Amino acid sequence: MSTENDYLDGNTLAGPLAELFAVDLTVAEGKCVSCGRNGPIADLRVYGPEPGLVARCPGCEEVILRLVRTPDAAWLDLRGVVALRVPLP
Amino acid sequence: MRPLPWRAAKLVEIRQETRTARTLAFAVPGWPGHLAGQHVDVRLTAPDGYSTQRSYSLAAPEDGDRVELTVELVADGEVSPYLTEVLEVGDLVELRGPVGGWFVWRPESARPVLLVAGGSGLVPLMAMIRARRRSAGLAPFHLVYSIREPAQRLYPAELDRPDPGLRVDYLYTRATPGGYGRPPGRITRADLLTADPDADCFVCGPTGFVEAAADHLIALGHDAARIRTERFGPTGG
Repeated sequence: MSTENDYLDGNTLAGPLAELFAVDLTVAEGKCVSCGRNGPIADLRVYGPEPGLVARCPGCEEVILRLVRTPDAAWLDLRGVVALRVPLP
Repeated sequence: MRPLPWRAAKLVEIRQETRTARTLAFAVPGWPGHLAGQHVDVRLTAPDGYSTQRSYSLAAPEDGDRVELTVELVADGEVSPYLTEVLEVGDLVELRGPVGGWFVWRPESARPVLLVAGGSGLVPLMAMIRARRRSAGLAPFHLVYSIREPAQRLYPAELDRPDPGLRVDYLYTRATPGGYGRPPGRITRADLLTADPDADCFVCGPTGFVEAAADHLIALGHDAARIRTERFGPTGG
């Protein structure tokens, strides 16, 4: 596998994010601060899992989200998303 | 309280699917049920406290406390060799889920569905096929399944059995059965030409396969908003 395909997608964030949120954030749609692309968290390119999960915009590669789990805490950095629209059934 | 707990899962059945893949059925007391396409995280903890986890797709639709995964051995992987070669009936692992609400198919949908699988990317798509059969669903399904060679086909007997409304096309990348019309090779645009252009598309496989297949679908005029993808990477193991 070439290094250019060395990523997963936002579906893989479902478990780690479920530790923090009661709703499934992978179906939430966000807008990239860099290129304005709209899309679900599930469609982001995810690198990791070590030392942490880094999710990038599939359009422009800007860092959208970072999630690091330590033994006693979770760090969530949502620097690349303007807003999240979370569907509530 | 955590929104999603780790649960003890006891292995109750093993089915060898191919030389390198096996289906593991677990009993998970308190399992809340799931949708076809969802996955679970599996956590293994060594006696010294070291623990590691991986995500695996659920292979079968909801069935009480029973949860089935099909795991492909990744030769240099950390978790899959244990799951495919060491774990025995009666053993316990920890399991968290179901998770992932994006890459799911719901039986109440009557829309045509195109499933595009690369290797063990078939697993969550098989859960959809099984969920459709169980619900006697009317949605026409078309599976395009790419594997290296015939011996790597998962669930061959089940997919060969007639299932009205399900069409299955195989793409072999390395070696074909004798007399097979399509020469071996990676997925091309031509392989997806006969797919319903209005289908809801689910594409799952290694990252490179998913990117190629999704690009072909978009080039053929499929609406990007109807293409859902799930990638497992080179380090999936």
